[in-house]
Amino acid sequence: MSGSALELAAAVRRGTRSAVDVLDEHRAAIEATELQIHAFNLVTAAEARAAAEEVDRTVAAGDDPGPLAGVPIALKDNLCTRGIPTTCSSKILDGWLPPYDATVVQRLAAAGAVPIGKTNLDEFAMGSSTENSAFGPTRNPRDLTRVPGGSSGGSAAAVAAGFAPLSLGSDTGGSIRQPAALCGVVGVKPTYGRVSRYGLIAFASSLDQIGPFANTVADAAQLLEVIAGHDPRDSTSIPEGPPAVSEHLLDGVDGLRVGVVTELLGEGIAPDVAARVREAAEALAAAGAKVEEASVPAAIYGLSAYYLIAPAEASSNLARFDGVRYGLRVNAPTTNEMMIATRTAGFGAEVKRRIMLGTYALSAGYYDAYYGQAQRVRTLIARDFAAAYEQFDVLLSPTSPTTAFAFGDKTADPLTMYLNDVCTIPSNLVGDPAMSVPFGTGADGLPVGVQVLAPALAEATMFRTAAVLEGAAP
Amino acid sequence: MTTTLLPEGWELIVGLEVHAELATATKMFSAAPNMFGDDPNTNIDPVTLGLPGSLPVLNEKAVELAIRLGLAVHCSVEPSVFSRKNYFYPDMPKDFQISQYDKPINVDGWLELPDGTVIGIERAHLEEDTGKSSHMGGDGRIHGASHSLVDYNRAGVPLLEIVSRPDIRTPDQAKAYVSELRSILVATGASDGKMEEGSMRVDANVSVHHPGEPFGTRCEIKNLNSLRSLGRAIEYEARRQVDVLEAGETIRQETRHWNEAEGRTSTMRVKEDADDYRYFPEPDLVPLAPSAEWIEQIRADLPPMPAERRARLAAAAGVPKTTDSVAVIVERDLDGLALATLELGADPGRVLVHVEQNLSGDGSAELRPDLLAALIALETGGELTATQAKQVLADVVATGADPAEVAKAKGFEAMSSDALFTAIDEIIAGSPDEWERFRTGDQKARGKLTGFFVGQVMKATRGQADGGAVTARLNELAAG
Repeated sequence: MSGSALELAAAVRRGTRSAVDVLDEHRAAIEATELQIHAFNLVTAAEARAAAEEVDRTVAAGDDPGPLAGVPIALKDNLCTRGIPTTCSSKILDGWLPPYDATVVQRLAAAGAVPIGKTNLDEFAMGSSTENSAFGPTRNPRDLTRVPGGSSGGSAAAVAAGFAPLSLGSDTGGSIRQPAALCGVVGVKPTYGRVSRYGLIAFASSLDQIGPFANTVADAAQLLEVIAGHDPRDSTSIPEGPPAVSEHLLDGVDGLRVGVVTELLGEGIAPDVAARVREAAEALAAAGAKVEEASVPAAIYGLSAYYLIAPAEASSNLARFDGVRYGLRVNAPTTNEMMIATRTAGFGAEVKRRIMLGTYALSAGYYDAYYGQAQRVRTLIARDFAAAYEQFDVLLSPTSPTTAFAFGDKTADPLTMYLNDVCTIPSNLVGDPAMSVPFGTGADGLPVGVQVLAPALAEATMFRTAAVLEGAAP
Repeated sequence: MTTTLLPEGWELIVGLEVHAELATATKMFSAAPNMFGDDPNTNIDPVTLGLPGSLPVLNEKAVELAIRLGLAVHCSVEPSVFSRKNYFYPDMPKDFQISQYDKPINVDGWLELPDGTVIGIERAHLEEDTGKSSHMGGDGRIHGASHSLVDYNRAGVPLLEIVSRPDIRTPDQAKAYVSELRSILVATGASDGKMEEGSMRVDANVSVHHPGEPFGTRCEIKNLNSLRSLGRAIEYEARRQVDVLEAGETIRQETRHWNEAEGRTSTMRVKEDADDYRYFPEPDLVPLAPSAEWIEQIRADLPPMPAERRARLAAAAGVPKTTDSVAVIVERDLDGLALATLELGADPGRVLVHVEQNLSGDGSAELRPDLLAALIALETGGELTATQAKQVLADVVATGADPAEVAKAKGFEAMSSDALFTAIDEIIAGSPDEWERFRTGDQKARGKLTGFFVGQVMKATRGQADGGAVTARLNELAAG
C-alpha cells in the first residue's frame, strides 16, 4: 500500500497531497477486499470525509494540521466515539450511541488523524482470534484461511490489509501484540497508565491499555506520542506527558543489555518461532547489544493468575449491561427477569464463561483462594521482572507461541486458546510496556512476531530496540 | 428508660449506621452537580450513569469533609482503599457501588452525648449513593407495580457511613446520638444533616440480652428517616425480640423494614438470602493516602464541636456540663451570645434562662450581649420582674433598643410595696371564698390558690407585680 503514516502526514502537511485524496485511496482498498477480510464493524465514510476536508482546510489556511495530518486510522470498536455506534462486537450494546469521545479519539482529532471506521474484535476483547465477535470473524490478510489473532484482530488486519496505515487496539493480555504478530505488523502495549483509558469500554480495568498498530516502528512511535500523556479523567493515568520515543528511535542498541527469557522459549513454543527469536537476539548482538539468557521464573504462572484476575474484574465491569439504561433490552414481566433475559440474549458464550469464572473467583469463601492468591502471584511476577531488569535493559521473547492458526483450530477447547497469551500476559500483570515487531516468517511462510519487553516507562529503550530489529528482519 | 421499656432482667443493645450525604458541590466521582430536589435525571453525566468507558475520579472535597467529620469524632484518619460492592439493582448505574470496605478512611472514634455518655464509633467511611426508584401502578412497592421509574440525580452523591459501636442502651440514647452526630455534621460543614430530605438516613442494629451474658442475635432495621421513627422502631423491635425469646423461640438474624403507619417492623430479608457482594478493590481508583500535613491543616481549621462548646458554657456559667439548658443553647447555636453576656458579669442563672427560653433561634444571635446584660441587670436590681423582662427582651431583639428605655416606654417600673399590698388587699376583698380556703387549706390547696391570687394580682397590675413578692405577702397575711 501507500507509504508510511509519517510520509503521508508529511505530504499532507506540505500540501503535496490532500487528506481527501489519501482517504479516497484507502477507501478504495477497503472496497476492494474488506468483504473477504471483515476488519470493520463500521466504516465511517461520511465522518472521515468531513475530517479529511477539515485537515485540508487547515493546511490551506496555513495553520498546523497536527503531526498525523490526514492519516487514516482505524479504531477498535471498544473505543467510544461520539454519535457513532460502539459495539464491542456484542449484541448487548445494540443501538447504543456514546454521547462522548474517548480521550484517545479526542487526541487523534487534535493531531489531524482521520478516523476511518470501527474495527472488529472478540466480544468485549475476550479472545485471541476474533472468532468470538457477535458479527462474525475477521480474516488474516496474509492468509484468509487463518485467524488474525485477537482480540484486536480487526485493527491488526486493517493495517495489514492497507485499509489504514494506523490503528488503535486495546491490550489486556496480549490483544494488541498477538494479532500484530499474526498479521505481520507492529503492535505496542504501553506502560499501564501511559494512555488514558477514559472512553475505552473496560474488560479488566487493572490490565487494559490502549496502544498503536502500525506498519513501521517509527509510525507506532508517533502514534504513541499523540495518544499518551496524563488525563485527569483517568485516575490511573501517569502524571506526566507523552514519552519522547521518536527522537531516540535511531539511537541503536550498542551496549544495551538484552535478556532472552528462558521460561518463554521452552515447552509450547513452536520451534520455528523460537528460532526466529534466537535470530533476533543475534541481530541485536551484531548491532552491539550484550545478549544473555534471562530467567524470570514466575512468568509461567502469569496465565493462571490472569485467568482469575481478568474475569473477576470483567464480571464486575460487565454488570452494568443490564438492559435498564442503554443497549439491548429483552422485555420480561419483572425487572430481574428482564435483566436475566437481556444478558442471556446479549452476551456470547466466551463472555458468559468469563463472567461466571470471575463471579466464582470473587465469591465469599473463595476470594482468598482464587482472586487473593492470583494477586499474590501477580506481586511475585512483578518482583521477578524487577530483578531481571536489574541485569537487563530489555527482554526478548516470542509474542505468540505459533504463527496464525486456522479458523476453528482452538475454539473447541478454551484452554488451548488461552495458552496463546502465555508470553504476552506477564507485561499486563506487571504493568510494563511490551511490543511486537515482525521478524521473518515461520515454516508456513506466515509472519512471526518478536516481543520486546521493557521496564515501566522505558518505552524509548523498547522502541529503539524494536527499530534495530525492524532493520535487521529477514 | 430500660426499667420501663423491657421486663426486668433484659438489656437493650443498639448500634447505629448513619448515612450522611456530604455537602459537596459535585458528586463523589464526577463533575455532575450534587443537588437535591431538581427535575429527575438532570444532574447526570456519563460517570453518574455508569456509561461504558466512563471512569470515576475522586472528589477531593468529599475526602476533606470525611476527614473533618472523622477528626471531629476523634477518629484516626487512615490510608484507605475503595472497593466495589457488587449487586444488581436498577437504581445503581454500574450494578456495583464504590464503597470503602476493609480499609476505611476513619476508624476508632467516639462522641459524647449531652448527658455525658460516650458512644464509640467504629468507622466512618466514604461511599457513593444510589439513584432512586419509583414504582408505578401499585401501592408504591415493587411488588404489584406495572413499571418503575428511576431518577439518577442522587446516584453518585458522596456519602459518609458512620458506624457506631453497640454502645447504645435506650431509644432515647439512640435519638440523642443521632441528634449529636447531626450537630457535629453541621458544625464541621460535612453535611446539612436534613433527615427530611434524606441527607441523613439511619439503620439500627438492635438486639436484647441478659446483662452479663453475650449479646443476642441482632436485627437490622433499615432506613429510619426521623428521630421519632428511630425511637419508635427500636422500642418496638426490642419488645418484639423479648417476646420472641420469652416464648422460648430464637431470633433470626435478618434485615427488617419499619412501617411508620403501623408502628411495627417486619422481615425484609433473612441473612441466608443476603447477597454475596463479591467485594474487591476498585481497580479504577488508586489507594487514598491523605498526607499528615493535610490532616493537621484540616484539624487546625475545625471549629469547636458541640461537646466542647457545652463544656465551655457550663464552666462559664458555673453549672454541670450535663445541664439541659446548656445543651439546648449550644444546639441552637446561641452559646456565643451566652458566653459574651456572662463575660459582662451578668447573673449566670438568668443568662441561661433568657437564652434558653426567651430567645428563638433566628435573629437572636444578632442580639448584642451588652443589651442582654443590661436587661439582666435591671432584673437583678429589682426594677423588672421576670415577666416584664421577658417582654422587654422581645422588643430589644426586634428593635435593638436599650432595655431601660423599652421598660420605661412600656410603663414598667418597679411597684412600691405599698402599691403592691393595696392591690393584693383589693383582690382578697373581692374573693372572700378563695381567701378563706387559702387561709385554712392544707399545703396542696394553698399551692393551687397561690396560682389563682398571683394571676389576679398580675392582671390587676398589668404584669408589674413580682410573683415572688405576691406569694410572700399572701403567706404573711394568711399567717396573720
